[in-house]
Amino acid sequence: MKEIQITITHPVGLHARPAARFVQTAKKFASDVNVSYCDKTKSAKSILGILSMGVNANAQITIQANGADEEEAIKALVELIESNFGE
Amino acid sequence: MQVLKGIPASKGIAIGPGFIYRANEATPVRRQIPDPQAELERFRSACKRAIMDLREVYEEAVKSVGQEAAEIFQAHQMMLEDPELIQGVEDAILNERVVADYAMYEAGETNARVMESLEDPYFRARAADVRDVARRVQRILQGRSGGDVNLSQPSIILAEDLAPSDTMQFKRSLILGFFTARGGTTSHAAILSKAMGIPAVVGAGQLPQALKNTSLLILDGDQGELVIDPDEETLAQYHAQQVQQQDRARQEISSAHQPAITRDGRKVEVVANIGNLRDAEDAVASGAEGVGLLRTEFSYIEQNVVPDEKTLIEAYEGIFSTFGDYPVVVRTLDIGGDKEMPHLQLPVESNPFLGSRGIRLCFERPDLFIPQLRAILRAGVKTRLCIMFPMVAVADEVRRAKGILKECMQALASEGLAFNHHPQVGIMVEVPSAALCADQLAKEVDFFSIGTNDLTQYTLAADRTNSSVAHLVSALQPAILRLIRSVIEAGHAAGIWVGMCGEMAGDETAIPILLGLGLDEFSMTPPLIPAAKEIIRQWDTGQAKRLAEQALACETPGEVKKLVAEWRG
Repeated sequence: MKEIQITITHPVGLHARPAARFVQTAKKFASDVNVSYCDKTKSAKSILGILSMGVNANAQITIQANGADEEEAIKALVELIESNFGE
Repeated sequence: MQVLKGIPASKGIAIGPGFIYRANEATPVRRQIPDPQAELERFRSACKRAIMDLREVYEEAVKSVGQEAAEIFQAHQMMLEDPELIQGVEDAILNERVVADYAMYEAGETNARVMESLEDPYFRARAADVRDVARRVQRILQGRSGGDVNLSQPSIILAEDLAPSDTMQFKRSLILGFFTARGGTTSHAAILSKAMGIPAVVGAGQLPQALKNTSLLILDGDQGELVIDPDEETLAQYHAQQVQQQDRARQEISSAHQPAITRDGRKVEVVANIGNLRDAEDAVASGAEGVGLLRTEFSYIEQNVVPDEKTLIEAYEGIFSTFGDYPVVVRTLDIGGDKEMPHLQLPVESNPFLGSRGIRLCFERPDLFIPQLRAILRAGVKTRLCIMFPMVAVADEVRRAKGILKECMQALASEGLAFNHHPQVGIMVEVPSAALCADQLAKEVDFFSIGTNDLTQYTLAADRTNSSVAHLVSALQPAILRLIRSVIEAGHAAGIWVGMCGEMAGDETAIPILLGLGLDEFSMTPPLIPAAKEIIRQWDTGQAKRLAEQALACETPGEVKKLVAEWRG
């Protein structure tokens, strides 16, 4: 299992398009990927789960991946967040 | 007189009768079903159908409200593919033997309530999305249509809440404004009404108690008020205000009828994409200087028979005459196996987007192609006619199409019929191979029109209606900007004009870049024309060139957007 803590820098947080991009990226991997924020843990592959956590700008989240491609999954999600969701 | 206060969501003043919209929703009843497996199948096929419907709504919305506002419907698609929502429904069906529509309702409510409990208004507004998605599936399962949207006269729509799909169902010309009891400025009713330019007030907390048929309403989208049965003084005030606003709008439109000339005096053509006679009238009213893309599919889609030459002539004449001396670019039939048109008997293909479509299909179907070419030539006898072939991939196809066109002209001449003897002939540049070999194709034609929608999808190998790859689909991708540059250069080197009829041509970020790349003609959906002309007037060609150079060096669409924003200051 791999785990990483990271801060969402995008000005809108995990809303709208960033949330959609995040979920789309997570879905590409076979591993189970979860996101934790404020005592809540949700699947990174669920748009409703991610939205329901209400992650705003500058919030720190924990991403956890478990499976064959866990490393790649974490790497891809971190890159996405660090590139400000390609925007 | 009664005044209800709400949140101003979209500017403008509307005066008129009210129409109370009630979504045709009955809360489903929890029932046990005998065969959970069959019920699961029923649910899954309803979901599939809902996703297909949403794709269509999305495509429609892109045309009417633009890409950004339309993305709502893509998000809806993602929700329907979401395990969080779907698993809940499937578990209830299988484990508790609950009827599918109730299971869907319950799962939707559970998720919506979670959203509603969040502090941020943006997240709270997503509750309406979850409910909208759940209701779409419920309606399919129950075989019901949506609420009554048949307005008998232009009206102010009053509703408890308006889901995005409700908002899109009304006939645009009959909506004066929107007033809702629920929702905030980030609700979709708000976003969509802004995109449509319709006044809206949301989140008023209540609807008018007793609304008589004869009641007159004033909706003030600037102040966020709804006035019911106004007294004479109030009405007069608002009338005056409305006249003022209309004057301002008229001014904008009158400047829309002026040509688009850059600060250093270069004139570019701003023309319209249209698909029928009604669009043609809108286009002229919006200041279009002609048609850059007449989609001719309407004659084949609206009726369930193959139209004959005479029917086509009548249809084209009506549209051509609207444009007088302005040029009209007619695209020949552009369909393929993805369209369900039983009367055309198109072959079923495993991959219709890479199959027999556009000019390829026309070669196989002279029974469709020849009557159309003859009708275009005959109807366009007095028009500045340009004929454009879609989906051209190689130069041979252009030569072949031109050969068929020539034969049609010879036949018409020998029959002694009047027709246009000198149409310009051009192609859509939308297949990457055509863009890459534009120098070769330029020798065969009088003009190019770049179709960025398909060019982008084909170049990036990504379907924009597929939510998991749609993020790749942007005409601001470096690959697309480079292709556009080389197509324009190849066209100009051969002495032909180059236009664009994809969505990009009306995009405010893209316009200055395209101007800098030397595009001669911008063709777009009519409502975008006034603003596009305004943008062109603000730029200087030299400036735009420097911007374009920098844009071509960017690596992502995001960088391009930032760059253009910086230049605008």
